[in-house]
Amino acid sequence: MSKLIYLDNAATTRVKKEVLDVMLPYFTETYCNPSAIYSFASEGKKAVMEARNQAAALIGAKPEEIYFTGGGSESDNWALKATAEEYGSKGKHIITTKIEHHAILHTCEYLEKHGFEVTYLDVDSDGVVHPEDVEKAIRPDTILISVMTANNEIGTIEPIAEIGRIAHEKGILFHTDAVQAYGHIPINVDEMNIDMLSASGHKFGGPKGIGIMYIRKGVKIRSFIHGGSQERGRRAGTSNTAGIVGLGKAAEISGKTMEERIRKETELRDHLIGRIESEIPYAKLNGHRTDRLPNNVNFCFRFIEGESLLILLDQKGICGSSGSACTSGSLDPSHVLLAIGLPHEIAHGSLRLTLSEETTKEDLDYVVDELKKIVDRLRSMSPLYEDFLKNNKD
Amino acid sequence: MYSEKVIDHFSNPRNVGEIENASGVGTVGNAKCGDIMRIYFDIDENQVIRDVKFKTFGCGAAVATSSMATELVKGKTIYEALEVTNKAVMEALDGLPPVKIHCSLLAEEAIHAALWDYAEKNGIVIEGLKKPANDISETLEEEDY
Repeated sequence: MSKLIYLDNAATTRVKKEVLDVMLPYFTETYCNPSAIYSFASEGKKAVMEARNQAAALIGAKPEEIYFTGGGSESDNWALKATAEEYGSKGKHIITTKIEHHAILHTCEYLEKHGFEVTYLDVDSDGVVHPEDVEKAIRPDTILISVMTANNEIGTIEPIAEIGRIAHEKGILFHTDAVQAYGHIPINVDEMNIDMLSASGHKFGGPKGIGIMYIRKGVKIRSFIHGGSQERGRRAGTSNTAGIVGLGKAAEISGKTMEERIRKETELRDHLIGRIESEIPYAKLNGHRTDRLPNNVNFCFRFIEGESLLILLDQKGICGSSGSACTSGSLDPSHVLLAIGLPHEIAHGSLRLTLSEETTKEDLDYVVDELKKIVDRLRSMSPLYEDFLKNNKD
Repeated sequence: MYSEKVIDHFSNPRNVGEIENASGVGTVGNAKCGDIMRIYFDIDENQVIRDVKFKTFGCGAAVATSSMATELVKGKTIYEALEVTNKAVMEALDGLPPVKIHCSLLAEEAIHAALWDYAEKNGIVIEGLKKPANDISETLEEEDY
């Protein structure tokens, strides 16, 4: 395939060249265990310290509040399970939303099996969680509120500063899954009243298999991985030096380029949304139109199914993703699309395209040109479309 | 995840379309689960399927099984068509991923539904043909596959 247009950057991103360059020496040259005493280890130790500073700086945190983990899912598991364990004697109620990532939702289901009660808040048709709903759901035994910074499927940015303020007024811990937001939009843990935050290296130009958990100083939660004294004894395991260094570098670059990147991506995003809306009938934008991640576009195309769409796009060298049942591995379409009120048959026809700073306007114009043909073709063979046309004729 | 044959039948589906005043039409599946298949038959006086067309809303496997099913029944008698099972469709496609087996059941069901419609329109009984379920998901649970 000659042409490849990668528009699945919410799934993972390319490791930046500068990131790979700083990582490589830690595999074969400075490969020592950074916990060791000898001077050979000092460079690794310094590099990990530097990466911690870089990761912290991006969200206005202190370096000692950053813990390196194996990724976003681990951080989410840690935040929920360890909080539940630490505060389970004080209360057994957790508040989250219906549109969280499965790393949160399935962990909540696990906790429900272990005696905890979870409130899953509804969202509006744009996927926004309303702070007043959070306030109403709070009970005397609520120990944790976890609401994502931005949604991975539909890109909606949540009012987490307000939700964090409500949590703090009531003395409840606030966690946010920032896997899609960290490195993409400004986050400040103090201004946004965040106690814990999850992020993942590979979503912003870093490597896979490395993530961070931010834990505000003074917040007492249990260790998650027991063993050695790495990460201040809270997350054991030999430091993934190369991964940590890569994540740090990616965080540093993301911070420097953020303003310009947001401007550019937002412009491209809105160009793509505009063309699809004006040129493809029966297409519905999912997620909030303006309070959305700069790189996220998500549409439902009526009368067609998402997997078919993805295969035909793939044949044109275009990588996207869908929330259809066939791509989720179950009979139900995406829980996020159902939560914003879409009927099943429409939710099956979703397409998510997520841009990167490498994406060009030419790429997107090619995508829309191909997409139009593919949607037409699938509709021409859809019994739903046939029925729709007949019913509208009568 | 798909065989070359599945991709071929998905990318270049055979017999897509409608037949006006068809001898029999069958629609199965449900939009909630993401699969709807509609098959049209043009059956001659000797009960031979002269032409067949389909329309499908669904994933790659759903389109490919519809396409293959229409190929397997074209030119056959209605009794031969009744013998085309989901296994036959799957084998002809060099297999399907386990999560997609229900698509082949849908294809078998669509053939049966179109035959049923033909039998009803002509006031005949096709021996061995059961009234199709309106919704494939109603039967999916009990199917042994």
